[in-house]
Amino acid sequence: MQLILRQGRVVDPSRKFDQVADVGIDEGRIAEIAPRIPGKGRREIDARNLAVLPGFLDMHVHLREPGREDAETIATGTAAAARGGFTAVACMPNTQPVNDSGAVTSFILQRAREVSKIAVYPIGAITRGSRGETLAEIGEMARAGIVALSDDGHPVSDGQVMRRALEYSRLFNLPVIDHCEDLALAAGGVMHEGYWSTMLGLRGINPAAEEVQVARDAILARQTGARVHIAHLSTRKALETVVRAKAEGVTNLTCEVTPHHLLLTDERVASYDTNAKMNPPLRGRDDVDALVEGISSGAVDVIATDHAPHTIGDKMLEFDRAPFGIVGLETAVSLVCDRFVRPGVIGLGRLAELFALNPARILNLEKGTLAPGAWADITVLDLERQVEVRAADFASRGRNTPFEGWTLRGGPAMTVVRGKVVWSV
Amino acid sequence: MASLSQKDLLSIEQLSVDDIRLVLDTAEALKEISSRAVKKVPALRGKTVINLFFEPSTRTRSSFELAEKRLSADILNFSASASSVTKGETLLDTARNLEAMSPDIIVIRHSSAGAPHLLGRECRSSVVNAGDGMHEHPTQALLDALTVRSLKGRLEGLKIAIIGDISHSRVARSDTLLFHKMGAEVWVCGPPTLVPADFHLLGARVTSLMEEAIEGADVVMMLRLQNERQKEAFIPSAREYFTLYGLSRERMRGARKNAIVMHPGPMNRGVEIESEVADADYSVILDQVANGVATRMAVLYLLSGKSGLKPARKPR
Ligand SMILES: [Zn+2]
Repeated sequence: MQLILRQGRVVDPSRKFDQVADVGIDEGRIAEIAPRIPGKGRREIDARNLAVLPGFLDMHVHLREPGREDAETIATGTAAAARGGFTAVACMPNTQPVNDSGAVTSFILQRAREVSKIAVYPIGAITRGSRGETLAEIGEMARAGIVALSDDGHPVSDGQVMRRALEYSRLFNLPVIDHCEDLALAAGGVMHEGYWSTMLGLRGINPAAEEVQVARDAILARQTGARVHIAHLSTRKALETVVRAKAEGVTNLTCEVTPHHLLLTDERVASYDTNAKMNPPLRGRDDVDALVEGISSGAVDVIATDHAPHTIGDKMLEFDRAPFGIVGLETAVSLVCDRFVRPGVIGLGRLAELFALNPARILNLEKGTLAPGAWADITVLDLERQVEVRAADFASRGRNTPFEGWTLRGGPAMTVVRGKVVWSV
Repeated sequence: MASLSQKDLLSIEQLSVDDIRLVLDTAEALKEISSRAVKKVPALRGKTVINLFFEPSTRTRSSFELAEKRLSADILNFSASASSVTKGETLLDTARNLEAMSPDIIVIRHSSAGAPHLLGRECRSSVVNAGDGMHEHPTQALLDALTVRSLKGRLEGLKIAIIGDISHSRVARSDTLLFHKMGAEVWVCGPPTLVPADFHLLGARVTSLMEEAIEGADVVMMLRLQNERQKEAFIPSAREYFTLYGLSRERMRGARKNAIVMHPGPMNRGVEIESEVADADYSVILDQVANGVATRMAVLYLLSGKSGLKPARKPR
C-alpha cells in the first residue's frame, strides 16, 4: 500500500463512520479502512490523537490569477489552501479578465495543473464580464470544466437575468452561487448599518440589502427548480428565509457562511481597521448568534472562506476607500476548531459536512467522502495543536487578516491529495 | 504644564469629562489674547504645525491658522485636494512624507471617516481632527460648548436641540457626545430619513417633531442641509423641508426665554433657518466663530507637549 494512516480518529459523515481506525491508500485512492490493516505501507503515518477527515473543499476563494498576480496567484493561493488544510478550492471568476469564457477556464485549469498540489475547480461567470446583463457562454465553460456559476463580487441585480440564468443552468446541472446584495439598498455603504456605523460616521449597509435578494433567490429557486447557493450569508433574517424555503421543500437551495461572520461583529471596525472591511460586512451580535446556531442545527450547509487577498498598498487606505475582503484560507480551520469544535458547538462529523461533504455535493464532485474507491483527499486535524496567527507566515500573498495575533487551539496537521502528503505541520 | 490625556485629538468620544473641562477652561483663559493690541503669545514658538486639508474649508482652516499664528507656531499648509490622490499617493505616503519634516502637530480635514486615526497611528506628531467625513468634528463641538458655557454659565441640565440632517453631520455626532457627557439633555430632530435608527445610543433623545425638540430648549442648534439630499430621495424638496424643519421666529417661541440659536455654518438662509432668526440678537453664530479661535488655541497648546509619545512605526 502507498500510504497508511495509523490509528487516527476517522470521521466520515458520508458513511456515518466515526471510530479509531487505519486508513490504507493505494494508487491515490482509499483502499481500505479497518481497525487494523496488516502489513506495512510504503509510507506510514502515525495518526494517533489526530482526526482523519475527508478532504476539505473551500468553495469560495479568490485566487486573483489571471490579472492581479501581485495580490495572489494560483500557486500561492493553493499553497495557502494546502497549509490551511484544504485539499481543493473552487475559485471565483472575478479575475482580469473575468472567467466568462472557455478560454479563461482552460487557462486556470492549465495553470493549476502546472503549479498546484491541490485540486482547483473554476467557477464561471453567470453573465458576460459579470456585468449582470447578458448570459456568459455557460455551455462552453461547462465543457472546459467549470463546476458552478457566479458573478461573485457583484449581485445579479436584474431579476429577469437571474431567472434566465437559473433556467439555463439546468441544462448543465450547474449550481448558481449568488452574492446577494441589493445595490440600491446597500447605497455605497462600507460597513453594517447599526450603532457602530452611526458612531463611526461610516456609510452603513442596511441588512435588508442582503435579505431582500436572498428572498428573491429563494422564490426563483422554487419556481425554476435550478440549484441556487447563497454565498456568504450573514444575517439572521437571510438564514430564516433559507430555512423556511428548505422546510417548504425547496431542497435545491443551499447556503454558506464564512468564519469571520461566525466570529466577529461590526464592533471590530471601531478602529477603522480595513482588515475588518468585507462584503457582506461584519454584522451585529444577534446575526452572529443566528449563524452559529445555523452551523450546529444544520441550517447552514457550508463554511467557506471568501478568501480575498489584497496587496498592502491597496488595503492600507482610508476605510471608505479600501477594497472589501480579507484572506481566510490559512485561518478558517483553526478558527472553527478553536471556537466551535473544541467547545462542543459542533462535532467532527458536522465539521466534515460543512467543510467537505456538503460543498462536494453542491458542486457535483465525487469528493468529501472516505468511501473505499474514492480519491484519497484527506484533511488531518490536530485538535490540541497551538496555532498562532501571523500574517507574515502566510503562504498567501495576502496579509489582510483581522485575526492577526490570535492564539488558537486546534488546526490542520496534514493535507493529503490523491494519496500524496502535500502539506504537513 | 497641563495637557490632554492623549497624544491626538481624534474625537469627542475618546475625551474624558476632565479633558473637556480642561480645554474649555484653557480656551476661556486664552480668549483674552484676542482682545489685546498685540494678539500673540510665544506658547508654540519653535513648534511646527502642518495644516493638511483634503477638503476645502475656508472657515475651519482659517480658524486653525489664526490660532496657530497667535501661538507663534511655524505653519505649513497643504491643500492635498484630490490631485495627490489621483497621482496615486496614498494618505499613508503623505503621512510618511510629512513625518519626515518632524512636525509637532498635524491638523487634518478629510472626507473619509477615520483618516485622522490612520495618521495618528502612523505618526509621532500629535494629530488634530478638523473634521473627518461623517464621523466627528471635535473642535467644533468644543467651541460650541465654550459658547454655550460662557453664555449660560453651565452645560449641565441644559436642553440642547440639534435639528436637521443628523445622518450626514459630523457636528451632530460630536455635539451630541460632548453635551451628553457634560450632563446636558440632548435632543436631535430631523426627518426619519436623515436620523440614523441607532442615534439614541449616542446619548440623544430622538424626535421627528420639531416642536417637541424646541419645547423648553436652552440652545437650538441648526444644521446645514446639503442640496444633494433632495436628489438622493431623503427629502421631497427644500421648500417642504423648511415647512417641517426650518427655524422660524414663530417656532423659536416654543424655546425657553433667553434661548440661543447656533449654527456651525455655512448657513442656508431660507432652507434650514429664516434670515430674521439668523440675524436676531439671540443668534450667537458670530460668537461661535470668535470662540473657535480660542478653542483651537487651547487644543494646540494642550497637545503641544504630547508629540513623540509614541514611536513612529518602522517604514515597511
Ligand atoms: Zn461575494
